[in-house]
Amino acid sequence: MANAVAENYLQQSTNKYSGIKSWLLTTDHKKIGLMYLIAILFFFLVGVIIGLLMRLELIAPGKTIMDPQTYNSLFTLHGVIMIFLFIVPGLPAIFGNFFLPIQIGAKDVAFPRLNLLSWYVYMIGAILALVSLFLPGGPIDTGWTFYIPYSVRTSTNVSLAIFAAFVLGFSSILTGINFVTTVHRLRAPGMNFFKMPLFVWATYATAWIQIIATPVVGITILLVIIERAFGVGIFDPALGGDPVLYQHMFWIYSHPAVYIMILPAMGVVSEIIPTFSRRTIFGYNAIAMSSLAIAFIGYLVWAHHMFTSGMSDTARWVFSLLTFIVALPSGVKVFNWVATMYKGSIDPQPPFLWVMSFIFLFSIGGLTGLVLGSLATDIHVHDTYFVVAHFHYVMFGGTGTIFFAGLHYWFPKMFGKMYNLKLSKIAVALFFIGFNLLYFPKFILGYMGMPRRYYDYLPQFESLQKISTFGSWILGGTIFFIVGYLIHALIKGKKATSNPWGGVTLEWHIASPPIQENFEVIPTITHKPYDFSQLKEMKNE
Amino acid sequence: MNNSHDVALNSHVHRDDVGAKMGMWLFLFTEVLLFGGMFLVYAVYRFQNQEQFKLAALELHTGIGTLNTIILLTSSLTVALSIAAIQNKNKFLSIVYLNATLLLALFFMVNKYFEWSTKFAHGIYPGAKELLEKPNGQILFYGLYYVMTGLHGLHVLIGMIILYIIKRQIKKDIITSDNYVRLENSGLYWHLVDLIWIFLFPLFYLIQ
Repeated sequence: MANAVAENYLQQSTNKYSGIKSWLLTTDHKKIGLMYLIAILFFFLVGVIIGLLMRLELIAPGKTIMDPQTYNSLFTLHGVIMIFLFIVPGLPAIFGNFFLPIQIGAKDVAFPRLNLLSWYVYMIGAILALVSLFLPGGPIDTGWTFYIPYSVRTSTNVSLAIFAAFVLGFSSILTGINFVTTVHRLRAPGMNFFKMPLFVWATYATAWIQIIATPVVGITILLVIIERAFGVGIFDPALGGDPVLYQHMFWIYSHPAVYIMILPAMGVVSEIIPTFSRRTIFGYNAIAMSSLAIAFIGYLVWAHHMFTSGMSDTARWVFSLLTFIVALPSGVKVFNWVATMYKGSIDPQPPFLWVMSFIFLFSIGGLTGLVLGSLATDIHVHDTYFVVAHFHYVMFGGTGTIFFAGLHYWFPKMFGKMYNLKLSKIAVALFFIGFNLLYFPKFILGYMGMPRRYYDYLPQFESLQKISTFGSWILGGTIFFIVGYLIHALIKGKKATSNPWGGVTLEWHIASPPIQENFEVIPTITHKPYDFSQLKEMKNE
Repeated sequence: MNNSHDVALNSHVHRDDVGAKMGMWLFLFTEVLLFGGMFLVYAVYRFQNQEQFKLAALELHTGIGTLNTIILLTSSLTVALSIAAIQNKNKFLSIVYLNATLLLALFFMVNKYFEWSTKFAHGIYPGAKELLEKPNGQILFYGLYYVMTGLHGLHVLIGMIILYIIKRQIKKDIITSDNYVRLENSGLYWHLVDLIWIFLFPLFYLIQ
């Protein structure tokens, strides 16, 4: 603020180049964050279009626009792209990169060059995934879980596609190592662990899961590739292998991975709610610790994906119990968020509205998770649309919604421009309506017995399938509408002030967009992170 | 920029040895988990096929395994001595010890090569007719043997490349007696390669 004439990071370069090279060779965590934003947004839109095509195919029974093999490839791709290219890296790589160093008062992450490398590794993985679509052999058709023995037997390009997942996992590990080291080594003077904003806590917990869980899926994927390439007997039952062991190995990573997806989103929620309630967060320690609890317990619930795979009864009830326990820290967070709003001075700006829609959608997703976590009911709805609906409510309704919330919350800080508030309030409403129209019928369909991943269905499911497809048009249209008005704001938007929402965490103390090294003088931290008594001092600055 | 109380904050003269080592330890942790996944698979299959695993292990040559264990442990010693040498400002000795490490690593790989090629000559390799005629437990044993020792061998190769680069950097005075964290980190990596072998050796060669 004091130095409005100083150049911001978008105009400066960390190397001797200008133009495109100043981006591609940058070590500035903010520029790398934006490079992630562009790449991830692109793949997200690709995933959205694939989803829309699948919904269009399902508008009526029988063949509508594609044959069954194409449909099998599309649902696999939709899963692979949305999981490995959008949700897993989404919030940590974009907002974590951009705001984690700023929120702890650092000039950059601990390993800036490694940070750039992880972007390149991500891009290589993404390109490999896309290349596997067009090579002879055809796109992968196993579903995103790559279950043995089909993934060893099918002639499609499984090896390349899962190698892409391996490479993306490597990128995820590098980001995790970077963030953990950054939090331990680069906090500003006075910023102890319990003065860190909750987004930092959540990203820190996420980084630990990335480090602990990703290598296990890495080796599992490598084993499948080796098995396909050399005919080594490891998981293939024809050579004595155990396909259920594969499922264990896969879910040991892939269940913690859903917490990699949701934890940073919970961190963003914990930022937005105090800012728009003008009230310090209720239960700071409980929220911070519940992030770690989720990271820890989430590591021990993987086998609830396998209740019908033929495990022992003891294993099943133990994992069912652990699944119920992991709901507790999530519940702790939701109650603390709601308690923060109580008696607050609520300002319903777009980011806050996104968070409201998150709490509603995520609660439905979380509670239906308990239906799936109970042994008896899981047998009934296992592998049906109920699972699909649950997963989309937690992942898309949870992390996806918060991706937009974070984008709307930090957009003015990242680019120094403000978008049209009225349009974006309309967008939240449309998103909410479209989302529920698209996914809620799937709960009913699944309960009625519609299996997931099916190309065709019985006539009695037709009306609900039609509603769902109709919802997909509203939701898809809204997403493109949002991207449209944000790009418009980027070009023609009004200049944003340095603190448009009245936030008090460190990013709101500096200019919009920030200067290259974030702070002119590294701040000394004396306040708790959500102490709104600072607002007066900040206005006088 | 006048925060002299913490060097780490000056990102452009960025030098934080503690941070660099912390990052390396975290990376090694992921490596342990990577191999941990395979040890888990090994444990499950050993439990399911105890007799066959015993029979299959008899075919492996304990002598070569022991020799390789001695070689690798000695190479870990020479890396540690190389770090001690550079701390004592003895650049020449540090390079000598690194050369010794590289030589020992090469011995290890040559041994491995002869071990594998003997197995191949007896028709024990993935997909071979002789192997496929054996019971499933033995196919799994050899599948895991090739994958685990193969991935370990790949790590030895990567470690050799890293140590070679480090050696050149010492020669060019990029790594010096007051800035040797890269040598330390490479040494840590080399100890990891050693550590994993310490577990592979008994699992494949000694339990019989």
